Amino acid sequence: MNDAPITLPSSPGWPGDGVHRVPYWVYTDPDTYRRELERFYYAGHWCYIGLEAEIPHPGDFRRSVVGERSVIMVRTQDGGVRVLENVCAHRGAQFCRERQGNRKEFVCPYHQWAYDLEGKLRGIPYRRGIRQDGQLNGGMPADFQMEGRGLTSLKVAVRGGVVFASFDHSLESFEDYLGPTILSYFDRVFDGRKLKILGYNRQRIPGNWKLMQENIKDPYHPGLLHSWFVTFGLWRADSKTSLKMDPHKRHAAMIGVRSVGKPAGDVVSGVTSYKADMSLRDPRQLDIVPEEWWKGPTAVMLTLFPSLIIQQQVNSLSMRHIQPRGPGVFDFVWTHFAFEDDSDEMIQRRLLQANLFGPSGYVSADDGEVIEFSQMGFQEKPDQQCLLEMGGHDSEEATNIASETLIRGMYQYWRRVMGV
Amino acid sequence: MNQALEPLVYTELLQLYAEYTAAVDAGNWDRWPEFFTEHCVYKLQPRENHERELPLATLHFHSKGMLQDRVYGIRETLFHDPYYQRHVVSLPRVLAVDRGRWFLEANYAVFRTKLGEISTVFNVGRYLDEVVRVDGALKFASRFCIYDSEMIPNAIIYPI
Ligand code: FES
Ligand SMILES: [Fe+2]
Repeated sequence: MNDAPITLPSSPGWPGDGVHRVPYWVYTDPDTYRRELERFYYAGHWCYIGLEAEIPHPGDFRRSVVGERSVIMVRTQDGGVRVLENVCAHRGAQFCRERQGNRKEFVCPYHQWAYDLEGKLRGIPYRRGIRQDGQLNGGMPADFQMEGRGLTSLKVAVRGGVVFASFDHSLESFEDYLGPTILSYFDRVFDGRKLKILGYNRQRIPGNWKLMQENIKDPYHPGLLHSWFVTFGLWRADSKTSLKMDPHKRHAAMIGVRSVGKPAGDVVSGVTSYKADMSLRDPRQLDIVPEEWWKGPTAVMLTLFPSLIIQQQVNSLSMRHIQPRGPGVFDFVWTHFAFEDDSDEMIQRRLLQANLFGPSGYVSADDGEVIEFSQMGFQEKPDQQCLLEMGGHDSEEATNIASETLIRGMYQYWRRVMGV
Repeated sequence: MNQALEPLVYTELLQLYAEYTAAVDAGNWDRWPEFFTEHCVYKLQPRENHERELPLATLHFHSKGMLQDRVYGIRETLFHDPYYQRHVVSLPRVLAVDRGRWFLEANYAVFRTKLGEISTVFNVGRYLDEVVRVDGALKFASRFCIYDSEMIPNAIIYPI
């Protein structure tokens, strides 16, 4: 992070036809990264911005990002949601510095150009010049039009209280973008209930942003890396699992039903993270109470390409926003939430189960660590390849954890869009 | 509220702070829960959540048992890159004294050193503490670590 690693000259060619080999340069090459921002974050894709519950009242705003670009999510006077780029139309100042707040208008501090909540340019000091000795001097040319000179306004989609946006106004609807299967899992959580923000966690992970998408498209690791998952049966080899994708294979759902009872021999044989005699001194951290809206699965992890992971793992819920900051680093911002009609006990339960997640969490802290280790390996040898053959070479939907099909699916899509 | 603070008690409080710091810097994890009462609250929380009264914490433990579970996690279940941590903690400022309860705050800065790496600033914030006496010894009834650091450099595994 401190010293940019020297990336050896790479030969960005794809090894072979398939997606069961992924070359290391996709995680390290600066040109590839630039193109990814252009093609995935700045065009053709809906990016996560935030939750409506973060801006309940007219004039409320909160900053977010699309790729590396700073944007502001605003509640307008008529109750709508706008997403504006945080770049002044005059000379580019990133004028909004607060994280959040309430405003009647946005004023750039540099020359005080003023914008309304819709992003329209409303005021330019000395626009008509300055009167000196009875004469008007300077100012904008007489034919200057304020119209159309406002802040860049993004296309916005709001569904179930979740806000997405895109710089690309020709983009398909959010619903078409997700496709029916993934949309149904999205709606399972966001079915119109009002959300309640529980708080945030922020971590900077020294790895390529795709590694976080891959981590949540990888059902192979949870039962190996995370003792809590294996030992308490939250996600392991004997958990009923299904792996689903949208038709483009860019988004995915990992759906699991927790295993109860002791695992049979081959589930954990040789798995060192399984701790047969582990028990919690204070079991309130895993006081799981099934909720009706789960409709069966105890966990559904959604990866919405490119920028969002939606977590429902037992009673804990979070939005995890991927914010790339260069080929080898991304910020990972967690917004935990509950529902407004939750009882106090349920909120307390969600908060205690949050100990599993985030930058210190029992089943998440180590994900960031292993991503860092992968990135270290990639940087040394851009032409070497990851071997992704668990579950075969194809990228069909599957129903077991020993499969990397979702990652292969993502690279099938990635290759098409990137033209490699 | 706000009874006088006896100098001897302040010396004891200083001792509590110094021992706590020594334990977490030495990686003496078994000692860590012993600084707390049975029904303690330990929180490691971003400043934004604290100031906006958002309840989520990065770590949120409600009993000594949960602290012991964390110790087990550090030793046995949390896979992580090993590192040293080094706390620099200010003199505690006494906010209030109330019938055997001391409310204090102190600034802290934690440096992290990974093997083969230079030392970096890891986490910076303040402790908000409530100290009580249990069987003669001072213990934390609650310790909130409210951190300014806007980004956690990947992961925080060990207790602050
Ligand atoms: S740069 Fe914003 S007003 Fe000049
Ligand atoms: Fe994981």
